[in-house]
Amino acid sequence: MTMPATAGQMNLVLCHGCRQACPAAHAHCDRCGAGLHRRKPNSLARAWAFLAASLICYIPANALPVMYTDILGSGSENTIFGGILEFWESGGWDLALLIFIASVVVPCTKFLVLGTLLVTCQRRSRWAPTERAKMFRMIEVVGYWSMLDVLVVALVAALVQFRSLSSIDPRGGILFFGLVVLLTMFAALSFDPRIIWDPEVEDA
Amino acid sequence: MPEHSNSPPQPAPSKPVVKRRRVSVSWVWAVPIVAAAIGISMLIHSQKQVGPKITVTFLTGDGLTENKTEVRYKNVVIGKVTTITLHEDRSRVDVAIALVASAKPFAASDSRFWVVRPRIGAGGISGLDTLFSGAFIGAEAGEATNTQDAFTGLENPPPITFREQGTRYELHSDTLGSLDIGSGLYYRRILVGQVVSYHLSPDGKGVDLKLFVNAPYDKFVTADTRFWNASGVAVNLGADGMKISTESLAAILAGGIAFVEPQYSTSVEQSKADAKFTLFVDQSAAEAANGAPHYIRMRFDQPLRGLAVGAPVEFHGVSIGQVVSIDLDYDLVTQKFPTLVGAVIYPNKLGKFYQAIVSNPVVIKAEGGKPGWLLAKLVEQGLRAQAKTGSLLTGQLYVSMDIEPDAAPVLFDFKAQPLEVPTIEGGFDKLQDQVQATVEKISKVPFDDIGINLNVGLLEARKTLKEVNDSLLPEFDQTLKETNIAVKQISDTVLPELHDTLVETHKTMALTSDILAEDSAPRQEVGELIDETARTVRSVRVLTDFLARHPEALIRGRVKDKQPDGYQSSPSYSRDIEKEPKP
Repeated sequence: MTMPATAGQMNLVLCHGCRQACPAAHAHCDRCGAGLHRRKPNSLARAWAFLAASLICYIPANALPVMYTDILGSGSENTIFGGILEFWESGGWDLALLIFIASVVVPCTKFLVLGTLLVTCQRRSRWAPTERAKMFRMIEVVGYWSMLDVLVVALVAALVQFRSLSSIDPRGGILFFGLVVLLTMFAALSFDPRIIWDPEVEDA
Repeated sequence: MPEHSNSPPQPAPSKPVVKRRRVSVSWVWAVPIVAAAIGISMLIHSQKQVGPKITVTFLTGDGLTENKTEVRYKNVVIGKVTTITLHEDRSRVDVAIALVASAKPFAASDSRFWVVRPRIGAGGISGLDTLFSGAFIGAEAGEATNTQDAFTGLENPPPITFREQGTRYELHSDTLGSLDIGSGLYYRRILVGQVVSYHLSPDGKGVDLKLFVNAPYDKFVTADTRFWNASGVAVNLGADGMKISTESLAAILAGGIAFVEPQYSTSVEQSKADAKFTLFVDQSAAEAANGAPHYIRMRFDQPLRGLAVGAPVEFHGVSIGQVVSIDLDYDLVTQKFPTLVGAVIYPNKLGKFYQAIVSNPVVIKAEGGKPGWLLAKLVEQGLRAQAKTGSLLTGQLYVSMDIEPDAAPVLFDFKAQPLEVPTIEGGFDKLQDQVQATVEKISKVPFDDIGINLNVGLLEARKTLKEVNDSLLPEFDQTLKETNIAVKQISDTVLPELHDTLVETHKTMALTSDILAEDSAPRQEVGELIDETARTVRSVRVLTDFLARHPEALIRGRVKDKQPDGYQSSPSYSRDIEKEPKP
């Protein structure tokens, strides 16, 4: 192995706040005073918990209607999947695809990726660490865009308020969907990607 | 951390010092627990929201959409259509509905469901809002305690809801007319109810209508209330001018029924629900009706042009019913076509007479029925029907029933169905007959013979005259001549003598006239004589007066002025005498 010594080998810990390399024995950063951890504390457990919570929330997010549309007295409640189907059947396949990606593909990808990462890291697997790291970076980037649905509902509900003519109101589903997005983001934040590489270094 | 417990042993120096928490379960697990708790609570909540699932069948699924069409009661959503499928025999549509939990009463077995669509009906336009929002299913909870999950939907909205207070009644009519479900019911021109349903009567000879009278007004429906069809405009051209009567604009357009109790009505009890009434064609028919109608038949021998169905049947000038049918009959024996007139009469109108008849115990037991007995009694007294002219102008006939005491007795079968009232020829017909009889009599006079006889007579007269001319005239001429001679003789002898006599008389008259002339001596003498006589008479009167007052004067003679009375007037007497005009 031609790689240089790791921080751990040199008994150094990187500060989360200012990225200062501090001696591992210290509890706080010498420079900014932030708490010093070798890895994010309790990373896997926290990620698991958030992932589980988001999975639970994903069920009502899909089962409950996300918005109530009232056009000229005919009110209807739409679930996410119902809306996608409606767009698809009425020929708006592009919109259907967009909503499908934002509200189904992205969260499910996140669940899968996070789950895979957590399982592999827990088992200290040394399988394809580079790819796993790439996957993690991808879900971090994509994570924000899952809020698309929530934003759309918030915007439409705020704008379309013409009293009896037509009005759109948010429903419980969107709250759970927002929670799903939030919790997956927390899960991703709790996960410390350095754990992917730990077995390689430590078990070498 | 658990992952580190399974980790293979590491070289001590490379192993970092990691601060471990004492608690084995991280606080972060509270997040999924809370999420799960919320999820489960929502699940329970939504499970509680789920109400009964029912299936309603409709004739058509027009306007209904799966997962979208709502079920509403008072415009509150109480359920939603979940699936729409064809019924097994494809005659109807099964609509599965998921009701909300609070809508459990709507699963009661007598609940009703119907599709609310925009419709223009009798009562106006309804369901206009569904033009944009699409149809929805209207529902009304039943009152039954048992529930069911399969219903048959109504094709029209029920006009009356269960909760509405009021009473239902049944009407029987010959025809539906312009009435419809929702047609108004008017009491003194106030809308008090409506027609709820109608159907052909089981025998197909009429229409049964069901009415709903709203609560405060249903108490005005009494046993003798009359209902009539108040649809449209009634125009009456009568002796008192033209009369147009309507109930309301809605009744004109959508039809309506009006009812009123007779003015003399004594019943105040509200009729029982579902009581049956007759629907009369118009107000006058309704007012004419009284009590139970009875069908009678009359057979007229004369043609009845001008008698129309609906013409009044009058008894003693009071309408007691109306003509309902006019048919031709054929008499095999006489080979004539009599007219059969069917009429409905209301024996109640006969008042006390009817009461007396019906309260008779014999009549009550009789099998022929009260009207049979009633008519039998009247026919015995001479009741006969006549077709009379109501209007000479139009030739309209009406049936008049009157007691004709001198009518020929007839056999009356009081058990017959229908009762047949004997008839006589009407007054106008009678007159016609009399005129005809007179004309016939006149035509029987042998004018031809009379003419011939007269002609012969005249000829004979002429002959006689000729004979007279020939034989008598010459004789007559001679007689005249002789007479002439006789007269001449008379004038020759008698006239000169007569002349002499007249001259003599004339002379005498002239003498007399001289004597009587004004200035003649004898006449003057006569005048003086008369004057003298008058004076004498007056003196005598004065004397007698004086003597009457002074009888003593006969003895004593006239006493001079000493006497207070009596003699004062004496100068006047003397003066009177002196004043006596001289002739």
